Amino acid sequence: MIEWIDLILLGMLALTALRVIFLKDLFAVVMLFGIYSFLSALVFIVLDAVDVAFTEAAVGAGISTVLMLGTLALTGRTEKENTHSKLLPILVVSVTGAALIYGTLDMPPFGNPDNPIHQHVAPRYIEDSPKEVGLPNMVTSVLASYRGFDTLGETVVVFSAAIGVLALLGIRREEDNNTPESGFKEHRVLQIVAKITIPLVILFALYVQFHGDFGPGGGFQAGVIAAAAFILYGLVFGLAKSMAVISPMFLRYMAASGVLLYAGVGLFSMMQGGNFLDYNLLASDPVAGQHYGILIIELGVGITVFAVMLTIFYAFASQTERSNIQ
Amino acid sequence: MLEQNLAALPIILPLIAAPLAIILGRTMPIWILATLVSGCASIISLQLLDTVLTTGVISYAVGGWQAPWGIELRIDTANAFVLVAVTAISTLVLLFSKDSIVKEIDCSKHALFYTAHLLCLAGLSGILITGDAFNLFVFLEISSLATYTLVSLARDKRCLTAAFRYLVMGTIGATFILIGVGLLYMKTGTLNMLDLATRIDLYDSSRTINTGLAFIIVGVSIKLALFPLHMWLPPAYTHAPSAVTAFLASTATKVAVYVMVRFIFTIFGASYVFHSMGMETILMLFAIIAIFKCSYTAAMQKNVKSTLAYSSVAQIGYMVLGISLVNVTGLMSGLLHIFNHALMKGALFMAVGAVFYRLGSADISAFKGLGKRMPLTMAAFTLAGLSIIGVPLTVGFISKWYLVTAALEQSHWFIAAAVLGGSLLAVVYIGRILEAAYFQEPDEANVAKISEAPLSMLIPMWILVIANIYFGIDTSFTTEAAQHAAELLFQNGQVMEVKP
Amino acid sequence: MNLILDYYNYWIVVFLMMTGFYIVISANNLVKKVVGLNIFQTSVFMMYISMGKVAGGTAPIVVDDNTLYSNPLPHVLILTAIVVGVATTAVGLSLIIRIKRAYGTVEENEFEHEDDAI
Repeated sequence: MIEWIDLILLGMLALTALRVIFLKDLFAVVMLFGIYSFLSALVFIVLDAVDVAFTEAAVGAGISTVLMLGTLALTGRTEKENTHSKLLPILVVSVTGAALIYGTLDMPPFGNPDNPIHQHVAPRYIEDSPKEVGLPNMVTSVLASYRGFDTLGETVVVFSAAIGVLALLGIRREEDNNTPESGFKEHRVLQIVAKITIPLVILFALYVQFHGDFGPGGGFQAGVIAAAAFILYGLVFGLAKSMAVISPMFLRYMAASGVLLYAGVGLFSMMQGGNFLDYNLLASDPVAGQHYGILIIELGVGITVFAVMLTIFYAFASQTERSNIQ
Repeated sequence: MLEQNLAALPIILPLIAAPLAIILGRTMPIWILATLVSGCASIISLQLLDTVLTTGVISYAVGGWQAPWGIELRIDTANAFVLVAVTAISTLVLLFSKDSIVKEIDCSKHALFYTAHLLCLAGLSGILITGDAFNLFVFLEISSLATYTLVSLARDKRCLTAAFRYLVMGTIGATFILIGVGLLYMKTGTLNMLDLATRIDLYDSSRTINTGLAFIIVGVSIKLALFPLHMWLPPAYTHAPSAVTAFLASTATKVAVYVMVRFIFTIFGASYVFHSMGMETILMLFAIIAIFKCSYTAAMQKNVKSTLAYSSVAQIGYMVLGISLVNVTGLMSGLLHIFNHALMKGALFMAVGAVFYRLGSADISAFKGLGKRMPLTMAAFTLAGLSIIGVPLTVGFISKWYLVTAALEQSHWFIAAAVLGGSLLAVVYIGRILEAAYFQEPDEANVAKISEAPLSMLIPMWILVIANIYFGIDTSFTTEAAQHAAELLFQNGQVMEVKP
Repeated sequence: MNLILDYYNYWIVVFLMMTGFYIVISANNLVKKVVGLNIFQTSVFMMYISMGKVAGGTAPIVVDDNTLYSNPLPHVLILTAIVVGVATTAVGLSLIIRIKRAYGTVEENEFEHEDDAI
């Protein structure tokens, strides 16, 4: 049964991807990408990767698609005729694809529990992490503790993206609040619905943030969802109002402090005489220490991701507003 | 506490300094912070190199989790040696950039420039130090994202298309590496480099591992700009701000060369990559084409930065050539050239940056008559240029000497000849610039603007030039480290280490 | 038949990857290039997640002692990779906006100089 669902989803993915090649309407291309991302989130669920599915849906279908649409608003929505020869790309792709297919022939069979990756390294995560780290969600244990250094790196990547976007676009604050494009001023229904939804979304973000130890979720997903709430606010009530609630400068500090909070845990454990990010030393009981450590670093991730996503949205949206006025 | 955690500090220091810089907010304090942090990192890496040379490999378990469950940082001579070069260049470039970026980057972006520089440094140190294949990918992406930002900071609009091309190529390269690492992981169940090495040995006739190797080599070749995958590099280096070019040209691609060495020798093992897969012929072919084709293109350029960028691709050819010779001397010459080329290109791009600072242009025509008007800058350029050519008493000679020796050890006469031929082409492209500087009169319009570069630029530039000559005469430090690193890498490839 | 059952998932994923890769290198419009890059990466993520699957397993969140779990490690790696992907996308799109402002076009073949060709 699972195999059939998997197959159907993969087939839909293939159709979506193929359609993207031939479409010239970029708005449709971006929407198809959103669909692609959403379908792949479903594939992830079928393959038991609930945390990944959650993230892919929030990031791929959510943030990435919104950013692409924002870009299209500035760059135009149709692709022009392509004069390049298609021969070279087809050749490169065929060779690469053939190499990969050749590589699959010795692969461990799909889903077989005897595969090397299920026999080596991973068993410890599955069997011991509930005792060593004390969390039921193994993905969170591995993410935040065993491979916590990767996750620190990931947080820094997000931070770097904010630096990049700020350097490239910057955020222009609209001094004049009367710009006609600023939000949907006339849409009462939208405003009221937004006002009701936003607190719920934020509440859900907090749930995802602090429940990540037990179920799917964690700092990253929570940050994205919380940012989505404010993005909604910005869309409905106008960028200027949203910047009055959380200013771009404040977001910069938030983004930086999230990374510092994460790295600070590492420094603290170094001061306690352990290695960087060794949470065992945060409390007298190692498992409690792990728990505190994961709680704090997930908070750091959440803060940075929230701040960076909102910063990027501000940067893109302020570009759109500027060009609308011109 | 510091002693025990020394191995992690070159990553952690710049990683923490970057968000601190954003909180500081003002350019001057950020510059001081960045320079201090980078300086500390270089002192620490010297200390680390000293430790690995005397007491052997350092292994550090991040989070207290032992490898292969946790992420291991692993420092041996090879990465400590490259780390010294990267952190030292970073410090000198930061000293240099204080004045240089004033002319090339908008004032409002200076704080972001230093922050991105710190992030890039953290990423590069991470790539070098980590002992985990996936962690390497994460740090690769940190440094790449910072690099795209740095390239796009220039005032010239062409930097934008250059940065975008770099981003697309870089991401394709990183994704190829990700695919390769995935295939290895699928077959072995581990991501730790040493553990991978042990377990790949069990499967090295597997088609999956072969494909993994191919993808990783192609991905890394994009990152290190091996011909014919180098097309992103010349525009990026030409249009980026000079301080950025000086930093990237002497560190980013070198770190990618190190990644290639690490994957080939430590993870896959030289005998598998070269004897079973025959990679050396392919690498050698592309390396030789890179040397000739790009040296020739370098001689055709109107812009000096562009000339030096193509020259970089050619020099990368020498490094890859050294690796493809499959002997200790060849690998040693490759590693030596990573270090030495960082010294030369750093100095050259700083000199060009100084000219740009005064004249607002890096075209050859701007160099006319500079020999008299900017004597110190041009003297530095000349000495570093001689080093690129490979004149005795400079570091360039040393690395080429070992490369030729390695080729002759294998009785590859044509390679020795190719190295000499490449040097002749270097005479042409460096010579053109020197000719303009010393034998032509400056344009009337420029005369008023020309004066010697400020001290803040001359000092780091000359430190590098002196290093070029010092390490060209007293070679004991560099050759010893490179020799030791190469021997260790070859041992890794043959004798499997037993994990405790 | 066994061969197909064992590998069908990987084969389709390879096809998806190559479609994305093709869009990256053949597209003329820069936004479409970024879309292609995202499709390429998302497909690579599927390869990782596919290998983590254990037939009859369940999501790696402890239920009770005797449950078969899928491998959590690929999930962790891909969580990181997704974040890296969106970071790259954001920077790439910002570059496109700047390119549009500087050149007035985001079509690759319309950049005037040889220097600017992407």
